[in-house]
Amino acid sequence: MTASTAPPSAPLLAIRGLSKAFLGVQALDGVDFTLRHGEIHALLGENGAGKSTLIKTLTGVYQRDNGTVALEGREIAPRGVEEAQRLHIGTVYQEVNLLPNLSVAENLFLGRQPMRWGLVDRGAMRRRARAVLQPYGLSVDVTAPLGRFSVATQQIIAIARAVDMSAKVLILDEPTASLDAQEVAVLFKVMRTLRSRGIGIVFVTHFLDQVYEVCDSITVLRNGRLVGERRTADLPRLDLVAMMLGRELEAAAHRIDLGPAEVDSRPPLASFKGFGKARSVEPFDLDIRPGEVVALAGLLGSGRTETVRLVFGMDRADRGEATVDGRAVRLKGPRDAVRLGFGFCPEDRKKEGIVGELSVRENIILALQARQGWLKPIPRRRQEEIADRFIRLLDIRTPDAERPIQLLSGGNQQKALLARWLATEPRLLILDEPTRGIDVGAHAEIIRLIERLCADGMALLVVSSELEEIVAYSRRVVVLRDRRHVAELRGGEVSVERIVAAIASETPNVAGSGAEVRQ
Amino acid sequence: MTGALQRFLPLIVTTAVLVVGFLICAAQFPNFASWRVVANLLTDNAFLGITAVGMTFVILSGGIDLSVGAVIGFTTVLLAVLIEHGGWHPVPAFAVALIAAGGFGAAMGGVIHVFQMPPFIVTLAGMFIARGLGFVLTTDSVPINHPLYGELNDMALRFDFGLKLSLPALLMLGVVAAAVVLAHWTRFGANLYALGGNRQSAELMGVPVARTTVAVYALSGLLAGLAGIVFSLYTGAGYSLAATGVELDTITAVVIGGTQLTGGYGYVVGTFVGVLIQGLIQTYITFDGTLSSWWTKIAIGVLLFVFILLQKGLLTVWAGRGGEPAEA
Repeated sequence: MTASTAPPSAPLLAIRGLSKAFLGVQALDGVDFTLRHGEIHALLGENGAGKSTLIKTLTGVYQRDNGTVALEGREIAPRGVEEAQRLHIGTVYQEVNLLPNLSVAENLFLGRQPMRWGLVDRGAMRRRARAVLQPYGLSVDVTAPLGRFSVATQQIIAIARAVDMSAKVLILDEPTASLDAQEVAVLFKVMRTLRSRGIGIVFVTHFLDQVYEVCDSITVLRNGRLVGERRTADLPRLDLVAMMLGRELEAAAHRIDLGPAEVDSRPPLASFKGFGKARSVEPFDLDIRPGEVVALAGLLGSGRTETVRLVFGMDRADRGEATVDGRAVRLKGPRDAVRLGFGFCPEDRKKEGIVGELSVRENIILALQARQGWLKPIPRRRQEEIADRFIRLLDIRTPDAERPIQLLSGGNQQKALLARWLATEPRLLILDEPTRGIDVGAHAEIIRLIERLCADGMALLVVSSELEEIVAYSRRVVVLRDRRHVAELRGGEVSVERIVAAIASETPNVAGSGAEVRQ
Repeated sequence: MTGALQRFLPLIVTTAVLVVGFLICAAQFPNFASWRVVANLLTDNAFLGITAVGMTFVILSGGIDLSVGAVIGFTTVLLAVLIEHGGWHPVPAFAVALIAAGGFGAAMGGVIHVFQMPPFIVTLAGMFIARGLGFVLTTDSVPINHPLYGELNDMALRFDFGLKLSLPALLMLGVVAAAVVLAHWTRFGANLYALGGNRQSAELMGVPVARTTVAVYALSGLLAGLAGIVFSLYTGAGYSLAATGVELDTITAVVIGGTQLTGGYGYVVGTFVGVLIQGLIQTYITFDGTLSSWWTKIAIGVLLFVFILLQKGLLTVWAGRGGEPAEA
């Protein structure tokens, strides 16, 4: 896995003790990172690990507070993307940052067009564009607008531009997130070719299989700190997942006790068979029974959120079928889901949940009113009753129901959002990261609430990154990896160790069978 | 080259409309198909065409310039006041007018960029300011009687086959030709399209956003100033209310010419054809003699609507093919 060119003494890129804080929050805390010539280096970590801060500091979007960055032994401090590019650091993002309205050739040479007699030499530009793309095995019409090509092709063109602008360091920020398997294979071929030319590639991804397929080294960050750097060959998956999640699991594999799985014979409230969507999540089977909490566990980007979006109809499944109460249903949108008695508390409260300027009462009443239709307003008195009841029931800390919800703390906003859906008396409530960003006290309350709701016969589908939390309230845990349901743990099987083991398991598994954890 | 055909389709449709329109006119009126009509079409719409070229650049970059009509009006007043009241020779007056108009545009571009304000609002404010400044200079319509005006109006390029191109017509053709080169054979042109495609991506790719934004509004102002000079030659007077609503006529020409209002797609030549289509409708109504001139507005309105629908349709078709696999 070494480069064909003789590696010079200094590493290609050496980051030492890098720190960066935002408004007192330490996003990066003394992080080291080393990239060698002709190496593909995975940069991994969960939400808030500091990956994007590291990349943005490297590409000059942010200025570091502390630490050194050396490129081939020479200290650098880029103050902008342009300067980073001139220092031979090129970046390609998940959403291709090229211009769909310009031709392929214009995209490749924007700002550095070949000139003749003071004018752009369009003929030369076309010829050079073809030459630049040729090593990538891409023979496209370079005069066609970029937007006409697939994301994968655009991505390769973006890489070609970055490399042609003499990049030595190429940062690929989740380039495979919207590609299918075949496109990923093409991209990997390109990456390997570039590696053999001595280019160092920083590869950010959520797909562990891809890390093991293409990367030489792995650096893991967690909560802004360096967890460690390892050679891919020396790092078993279980250890990698443990590093990412931050758990001590020396003997995890041995401690799993093979208790009998409870089999629930009650008819499910909602049942999904072969449900899935291309480029979102592989087809899965999922049953949810009244009064049970089903948790979806997995790393960031493993398909948890995608799964609940399909279940709630926010994305339309393109295969499989859904049944509710034994009757086949179609989920064409959230309206259908709401009519079936589903509720959904999204992960990003600010963006998808609360309406900041509206009062607590108005926020709580929103879903109920939407279901009734806006032509039949709920009487003010009834609104106040409902709001007061939930403020009491969920212990939402607010001086009164008329306060704009944006003035409440995160935990209380979350509870108000919960109240919004509880007011519609859902039969199945979906919670995406219900405890994210709220303080410890509110955290415990939310968990108690989940248990109580479930005791009342409501079915809950919960996405969470907090494994202890999942273990505390779940009867069943579906484990996801790389956009696939890889295992299902039931009853006594549910434990942090088993979940981690399932996330790290190597062989691709049939959705929902759970075979490998119970073998 | 179906790809090329697709890209030029709006332009081809616009040109076809012009040709068909001209043929219809020629069939209906025996004297229509003459070099004289063509020459007049070019002369009468010269100021509109010059302004529309600037507007095309602004719209390509993702902006809009509502001030151009007011700048034309202001320029005519400034020229009249300098020449008639101030006793200036027209040539330095022209220079001052061009500098003032260009500077005005640059200032608007600067405000748009520095304060990240919507171009619509900034240039709307610019429109009021320019109109107001014209009235501050004089509220009257001031005739310009300088002998150079007569000489310039008599200047023409005569061709053996009978075409006689006036100075305004020549200026417009020159501006259009230079604009085509600017759009497709300079880095500035590429940067404009880039900016209109996606501002953020353009910035990440190293397009000098500030410089390009200021330059494109300066260019639009400068061309509006030039159009003001042409307009004062054409009418032989300066008046604050001159060229009212011309900003909307130019936007119409740009859109009929196949440029997308959201920026990033379009051609200068299309705008030129769009101007000629508007002029053709006007000429038709003049030839007919019985129709109210408001029919011009109605015809242009209908045409504009049809073209927007056409663009929408084309976009939908292209979007549907977005996933077209690349020949990797």
